[in-house]
Amino acid sequence: MRRILQVYFGTKELKVLDPMENIQMIELAHGGGGRLARSLVRDEILSRFGDGPLRNLPDAAVLASLKGKAVFTTDSYVVQPLEFPGGDIGKLAVHGSVNDVAVCGAKPLWLSVAIIVEEGLPLATFRRVLDSIRAAADDSGVTVVTGDTKVVPHGQADGLYITTACVGELIEGFNLDVSLIRPGDAILVSGTIGDHGMAVMAARHHLFTKDGPESDTAPVHRLIAEIAPFAKDVHFMRDPTRGGLSAVLNEIVDDRSVDVILRETEIPISPPVRSASDILGIDPLHSACEGRIVLFCAQSVADAVLSAWKRLPEGRHSSRIGTVVEGRGRVIMETSAGGRRLVDLPRGELLPRIC
Amino acid sequence: MKYLREFHDPATAAALAKELAYAGNSFARSGRSAVIMEVCGTHTMAIARHGIRSLLPPNIQLISGPGCPVCVTEPGYIDTAIELARRGVIVVTFGDLLAVPGSESSLANARAAGARIVVCYSPAETLRIAAQHQNSEVVFLAVGFETTIAPIVSTLEAASKNGVKNLSFLTAFKRVIPAMKALVSDTSNRIDAFLCPGHVSAIIGVEPYQEIATSGIPCVIAGFEPIDILQALLKLVDMVKNKEASVINLYSRVVRQRGNPKAQELIDTFLVPSAARWRGLGEIPDSGFSFRETWRHFDAEARHGVRIPEGRQYRGCLCGEIVKGKIPPEQCSHFGRKCTPESPVGPCMVSSEGTCAAYYKYISVQRS
Repeated sequence: MRRILQVYFGTKELKVLDPMENIQMIELAHGGGGRLARSLVRDEILSRFGDGPLRNLPDAAVLASLKGKAVFTTDSYVVQPLEFPGGDIGKLAVHGSVNDVAVCGAKPLWLSVAIIVEEGLPLATFRRVLDSIRAAADDSGVTVVTGDTKVVPHGQADGLYITTACVGELIEGFNLDVSLIRPGDAILVSGTIGDHGMAVMAARHHLFTKDGPESDTAPVHRLIAEIAPFAKDVHFMRDPTRGGLSAVLNEIVDDRSVDVILRETEIPISPPVRSASDILGIDPLHSACEGRIVLFCAQSVADAVLSAWKRLPEGRHSSRIGTVVEGRGRVIMETSAGGRRLVDLPRGELLPRIC
Repeated sequence: MKYLREFHDPATAAALAKELAYAGNSFARSGRSAVIMEVCGTHTMAIARHGIRSLLPPNIQLISGPGCPVCVTEPGYIDTAIELARRGVIVVTFGDLLAVPGSESSLANARAAGARIVVCYSPAETLRIAAQHQNSEVVFLAVGFETTIAPIVSTLEAASKNGVKNLSFLTAFKRVIPAMKALVSDTSNRIDAFLCPGHVSAIIGVEPYQEIATSGIPCVIAGFEPIDILQALLKLVDMVKNKEASVINLYSRVVRQRGNPKAQELIDTFLVPSAARWRGLGEIPDSGFSFRETWRHFDAEARHGVRIPEGRQYRGCLCGEIVKGKIPPEQCSHFGRKCTPESPVGPCMVSSEGTCAAYYKYISVQRS
């Protein structure tokens, strides 16, 4: 039987392999340009991505010209644990960049994937992450057109880091800008909030053996395409990732003469997220989503956008959560108890509290 | 979930808020007001989260007491924890102690500089960490009230049963009742009633509050949902108005008359009440716990030859006055200027349950 020792390293749990066992793992030589490196590329990368533009391993991708404007983004992904309920770092890295392009009102097309691996990572984990990148890219309608893999010595990375960049094409009709948000706009979310952040926190602290929160990591491009007919009345969209819904809303109203009024009873939160939130003392509004949209639009199209979303499985929990009013840059919650409170920015690091 | 949702019901909350406003008004006509202290940090947080203050008439004032374990932890304690981490000890802590300012630095700074500081959610995680690092010393930062003491002591019991040799506890345990008594006996404080902690009472029960009620201060034990809190406030205002003082348990779905005897017994096996220093309140007799002699080898101070000193506090920090309920956070000159949740000066701003953090987050909504 293969044996894996669980070892704590700083705040993370690292799986360190028993050196006496012959477990396949990533070695420094896998990144060295020699035979091992070639076999890694052939057996692991090309076997998964070689059916497209990567087939002959060109130095760069040659892309088709676009009719519309090009939309381009990049982001780096670091998460512990690498695999968590509902997803893994591979899925996250694809969805993250795809969604950043999509919420600009664009159709995501091409993706680059650069991976930095810490030596000692089990090959099996690496393979699962690659499989996951491929599946997520297919589901998101994007092609991986270029990529890179580097291996760094043990201790110089946290298992695996991924950087992706995505190019998309602006969908005709969308003209989004935060300055277009005005008093009277409706605020919509495309699904339950806080799922990803809470799933990762719960996994880190081994909170649930079953029925715990699951990451919502998913592409949002279908939700965007579905509302294209109402594009001209959509004023702004974001994906509420780091810092959650509260951070996104606070950034949007910051230094502007509007307030956001949220209705607590209308904010969709799944029961497992609510339980994890109670246990950890972390507000679901501060917790990241990885497959959701927060959208500002004219009141006149709010119902139409919602019913378009609700036709898709990923939009079934979508909800109209609030309104924009004249004000001074605050996010205010009308609580389920009938009171009012300020929704603030989360502090940098989400930490479980004492009692 | 459905059961809990009933304690959120907007219609019931609105009806209770109306009753409270009515009680407040009839009170105001007689020129009186009520100052109610919520002792527990989780109540402070729940009151803020549910926007309860915005539902109260102006002459019913809620002030926050010393019930947040982080807020009453002295800077010297943090200094000692940092010192241990510098010596190479693996320090395991609850998350909200990380940013608490010590005299010079914080655990977060020490961690950034390479110290081995691990954030846990449950004290039981410490056992796993100790098992994985048999060649290192592991110290758990054991702060908290009775609610937290119980699981810490059960971790201690497990460590003792399993012969764990590399684990000890740096303690700053606190007991709620002696602190409440100290607040009542200081005549410069004005407290008309106590909203008593739900979680702590689940351990200690209802009876210990009797002594406080006998001294003329009404006590209501409540849960943390909006309806729980509003009902408790209404009851307290009623008692203040009628000059009655008794102990009422409105959280009977969790709190038993005698509390949790098993947890009490467990605590008593390992710990004995002793004097404790509270940031802001100073030393209060019997308000903490120390290890019984048999278990001294689990005491990090004894094991590592350190002693928690009285650390220096930031000049002008009024956290002490704030936890006594003498002034609201806004009266501290650092509040919202030098002292913010991103860069806290005093402990009341550090913990998400601290009075200042709660005020900073939520109070400005009332100033529209």
